[in-house]
Amino acid sequence: MNFDFSPEENAFREEVSQFISDNYPKHLTESRRAEFAKEDFLSWHRVLAEKGWVAPHWPEEFGGPGWSVTQRYIFDDECAKANTLIVLPFGITMLGPVLMHYANDAQKAHYLPRILSGEDWWCQGYSEPGSGSDLASLKTKAEHDGDDYVVNGHKIWTTLAQHADWMFCLVRTSQEDKPQKGISFLLIDMNSPGIEVRPIITIDGSHEVNEVFLTDVRVPAENLVGEEGNGWGIAKFLLGNERTGIAGVARSKNAVKRLKEISCAELVDGEPLIEDMDFKKKISELEIDLLALEYTELRTLAAESAGRGPGAESSILKIKGTEIQQKVTELIMEAVGTYSLPKIPMLDTGANYNLVGPDYSHGVSQSYFNMRKTAIYGGTNEVQRNIIAKFVLGL
Amino acid sequence: MDFDFTEEQTLLRNMVQSFVQDNYDFDSRMKIVRSETGMSRENWSQFAELGLLAAPFDESFGGLGGGAVDTMIITEEFGKGLVTEPFLPTVVLCGGLLERHGSDAQKDMHLPPLIGGEKIWALAYSEPKSRFNPANVQTTAKQDGDGFVLSGLKSVVNGGPWADYLIVSARTSGEGWQQDGISLFIVDKSADGVASQDYETIDGGRAADISFENVKLSPESLLGTLDAGLPLLEEALDYGIAAICGEAIGGMHKAHQATVEYCKTRNQFGVAIGSFQALQHRMVDMFMEYEQSVSLTYMVNMHVGGDAASRTRAASGAKVQIGKAGRYIGQSAVHLHGGMGMSEELNVGHYFKRLTAIDAQLGSIDYHLKRFGSSEAA
Repeated sequence: MNFDFSPEENAFREEVSQFISDNYPKHLTESRRAEFAKEDFLSWHRVLAEKGWVAPHWPEEFGGPGWSVTQRYIFDDECAKANTLIVLPFGITMLGPVLMHYANDAQKAHYLPRILSGEDWWCQGYSEPGSGSDLASLKTKAEHDGDDYVVNGHKIWTTLAQHADWMFCLVRTSQEDKPQKGISFLLIDMNSPGIEVRPIITIDGSHEVNEVFLTDVRVPAENLVGEEGNGWGIAKFLLGNERTGIAGVARSKNAVKRLKEISCAELVDGEPLIEDMDFKKKISELEIDLLALEYTELRTLAAESAGRGPGAESSILKIKGTEIQQKVTELIMEAVGTYSLPKIPMLDTGANYNLVGPDYSHGVSQSYFNMRKTAIYGGTNEVQRNIIAKFVLGL
Repeated sequence: MDFDFTEEQTLLRNMVQSFVQDNYDFDSRMKIVRSETGMSRENWSQFAELGLLAAPFDESFGGLGGGAVDTMIITEEFGKGLVTEPFLPTVVLCGGLLERHGSDAQKDMHLPPLIGGEKIWALAYSEPKSRFNPANVQTTAKQDGDGFVLSGLKSVVNGGPWADYLIVSARTSGEGWQQDGISLFIVDKSADGVASQDYETIDGGRAADISFENVKLSPESLLGTLDAGLPLLEEALDYGIAAICGEAIGGMHKAHQATVEYCKTRNQFGVAIGSFQALQHRMVDMFMEYEQSVSLTYMVNMHVGGDAASRTRAASGAKVQIGKAGRYIGQSAVHLHGGMGMSEELNVGHYFKRLTAIDAQLGSIDYHLKRFGSSEAA
């Protein structure tokens, strides 16, 4: 048992760190209030794509870098340390492996390179107004008509659909049998006639998620991935496939660092907040939880490296990881105190507003509001508990 | 980076496991803790024979040259069996102090009989008013010719009733909770002026309040450097935490496992109570706390040999986690067993009591939260 990185791994870390500092787009490093634009995400995506690092977990034959589990961990860690924008998961992390596993050769040849290059922006058409945790009850219908499917339905909570070129979508192709059996996995061009994307503004004032209405949308039958009726299997594969980084340890460490900096700057009767025993204890408890999660993740990675793939235990990473992400934004808001109150517009409406308080106070409450989503998305934390109860504890 | 155990470590685990299975089932364990002495000398000799008392020590003293991880494996398996014999005070706390800081003469004299199971040791550092702070020492050792005269009272000395020798912290200068001025002494418990008030603890163990009244100590009884004993003591306590974390995860594992099994078989309203989501989620939360405790137990055992700052942070962080998790898992295990969980005849209540005691040993959650917060990040 040892927790040391090999000299090769340390050299790799150095290489990654150097690459980021040399190549991360300068305009993304400025502190900013407004949310990032499509072009912001793509500018970093393209830099990584050119280097061959944009899809760390893809096999080399499809354009991945051929990294070990540990190298992937180091890469994520360095990106988080440098506070880079993330590479959006919808194409690279979610759809890519599905296509490699289920798609025909023509589909692979067409879509995979476009995911890597960033040419296609993907969104995920899963949830519906009546189908959240009970996803298999989804109603969006795809019916055969000549060489096409005709799709009618209503998707919701579709992240960044406003930028998307394509949507991978779960649709119902049969009403018979168990609900799970009639589901298929379709690739839908977002420019198709009959698609309407309506923004949902969330409690933090930002526009991340959308409703997508599909009315008589014609989708060529060749856009079906895998067998008709096998969409549920694909959906489960997608969820279980890529859990590295789900814990968000490195990014939470960054956030804890910011929390400590703010706690040093804020004063309580002339003394730094971080010297206040009550507040310090809260920080320590958070740090200890995070330290435990870091080692839980490393244990999972070590098991994965040894070919004992992550099981349902990795649901722990999702639950604990999101609890910590939420807690740290909560404490940052608390540390900032009254300057957490002024509302900072997240959307560029062109309106003037007064920016008051220290720089570090801007947007902290909005972050806190926004992070409530983490315990809800990707299978709520209660659904994750159900998974552990069933598959780990055998209840 | 790997979290796998070596082949030797797996063999060691298997050996301790079979010992616990063969000699330490719940009934045998209860016989031992309900006996007058509260420990089994026969088991202790067996530990010596199996080499468990030798595990962490250097080969030159008859040890097996293992590290903290080997010790953790032993304590984890002991934790599963609720083993009550004084492995922690004798081997980990006192044995470790002797090996790391004893003079050659002290090591030659004391380590072989300790490893051989002939002598039992206890660490007498806490005092009625010290709470958990090892620097808060009122016991004094005054210079007396070449030697010292020891006076004071040590409280709740774990394993004290069984001990042949004690390692005692005493002020040789300074006062209150000053860092400097604390020295460590090896004290023969049968020496004139040593009086031990023995009692049972809530977890079936034994402890003692031990008073020292003008106990004459030879110059050779000083362990380490005069006035500079505190860092040695802190280090020993951190090794103790690394080991007790192993014991805690062993106990948590058994308490959780027993609870899951019970909820699968206990029927109410015509179904197994394990089918209720409210109970399932509580058992999942127990499981997560257990896994997080395992993670920090591995972490502290990998870092305990490191520099003082990272050792302190690792040990205090881990102790906070196992303190909280031990409470949660212990309380939940009793609760989910319903009335049965309250019964003295069921093992679950005994895991709960041992986990409760572990929280109060070697520093509480609050003490270590504070210590963690004031340690510099490594």
